[in-house]
Amino acid sequence: MIHFVVHEEGDGVGVVVIEGVKAGQELTGWIMEDDKEVRLTAKSDIPIGHKLALRDYRPGDTVIKYGVDIGRVVAPIARGEHTHVHNLKTKRW
Amino acid sequence: MDLSKASFWGYPRANGRVGVRNHVVILPVDDLSNAAAQAVENNVKGTMALPHPYGRLQFGADLELHFRTLIGTGANPNVAAVVVICIEDQWAKRVAEGIAATGKPVAYFGIEKHGDLDTILRASRAAKEFVQAASELRREERPLKDLWVSTKCGESDTTSGCGANPTVGNAFDKMYPHGVTMVFGETTELTGGEHLVAARCRNDEVRKKFQFMFDRYQQVVERHKTSDLMDSQPTKGNIEGGLTTIEEKALGNIQKIGKKCMIDGVLDKAESPTGPGLWFMDSSSAAAEMVTLCAAAGFAVHFFPTGQGNIIGNPILPVIKLSANPRTVRTMSEHIDVDVSGLLRKEMTPDQAGDRLLECMVRTANGRLTAAEALGHREFVLTRLYESA
Repeated sequence: MIHFVVHEEGDGVGVVVIEGVKAGQELTGWIMEDDKEVRLTAKSDIPIGHKLALRDYRPGDTVIKYGVDIGRVVAPIARGEHTHVHNLKTKRW
Repeated sequence: MDLSKASFWGYPRANGRVGVRNHVVILPVDDLSNAAAQAVENNVKGTMALPHPYGRLQFGADLELHFRTLIGTGANPNVAAVVVICIEDQWAKRVAEGIAATGKPVAYFGIEKHGDLDTILRASRAAKEFVQAASELRREERPLKDLWVSTKCGESDTTSGCGANPTVGNAFDKMYPHGVTMVFGETTELTGGEHLVAARCRNDEVRKKFQFMFDRYQQVVERHKTSDLMDSQPTKGNIEGGLTTIEEKALGNIQKIGKKCMIDGVLDKAESPTGPGLWFMDSSSAAAEMVTLCAAAGFAVHFFPTGQGNIIGNPILPVIKLSANPRTVRTMSEHIDVDVSGLLRKEMTPDQAGDRLLECMVRTANGRLTAAEALGHREFVLTRLYESA
């Protein structure tokens, strides 16, 4: 079963595609472009459609998705943790 | 899916375009004329009024856009005939003449010196003739290249970028070699991925024009913003759906133009393309505004991928909705025409999803009502550029 998807190898975040992911749950991810699997443990409850970090981040780091910069980290994020507006901001506007 | 012999059944119009609907539209030029237009719609069954709140004391580029949008809406091949109503006779005439250039039947009425009741009576008589004549028009089989297809996504979430939008991209890639005319837009919603769009432009001239449109819209944001646009772009719904930044939203958005199509030209708002291929139209990212501009530019069917469940429709342009979000497909099923949630479970390939959308497109073009049409969604929203005088 696929719990989250990743656009391409090298992306730093994945997207949860099932409802009800809980902290501590073992998750299977699908890297779509490369058709590979990746596994990790959720560190937060994560709603469907929301992102989880595939690596540890420090404030100031850049997050890559689709192989492209999607913003800057503003609070530490651990691998498996919910990544959203509380720890990631736009670099534009 | 082999599209080389693909066809659809549509209404050929005098100017060579082909419509997939056969509306008789009662078109008010201004806010004051809505009441008369709606009275005519009520009197003559099978007509459709398009009320809106604008048209008084607009000037300059904003007024030009107003006229271009109204004339384009009437000129759209999904419209068989138009009754134009305006408080002032001269502006009714201006809009009517713009539409009449397509060769379709148009009548116009000014309310001043007559009042609503007399205007409604005369306009209703014209509308009755038009609707009876339109009812005798028959569909003909036409090649796929005669179809103009627009796209814009809404209430996007992260599933849009990995499911529904790439499905549109797959369909666009398949139609592009067959000379179909296609458009995308949403200028601010390319922010963070504008370099990818620029790289897809056919040549330097197209690229320069795209960059001009993109920069012009960025200046509007810079001039008026009071924050980083959080909650506006991305919207509250986008954020609820897991999208965090405009860059992430833009990269998902851009999936709609596929992997192979080149951008052959750039249009200003509500401008019509002059040839086949993929066009970029400078436009708002607000759903009803953008789809209204696509209709005014002459597009005949629309692909609308959604994540969280945008419910938009358009009065004259059938809006086909697709979603890859399993929760949206479950909780808002009456709004979704094509369910591509299997993509995220690896139960469907992008190729199969694209084919499913194309099949729905042909059925819709042939006359099947979309979910939005069946539910009566007729959002007609004019884009304004600035204050009235």
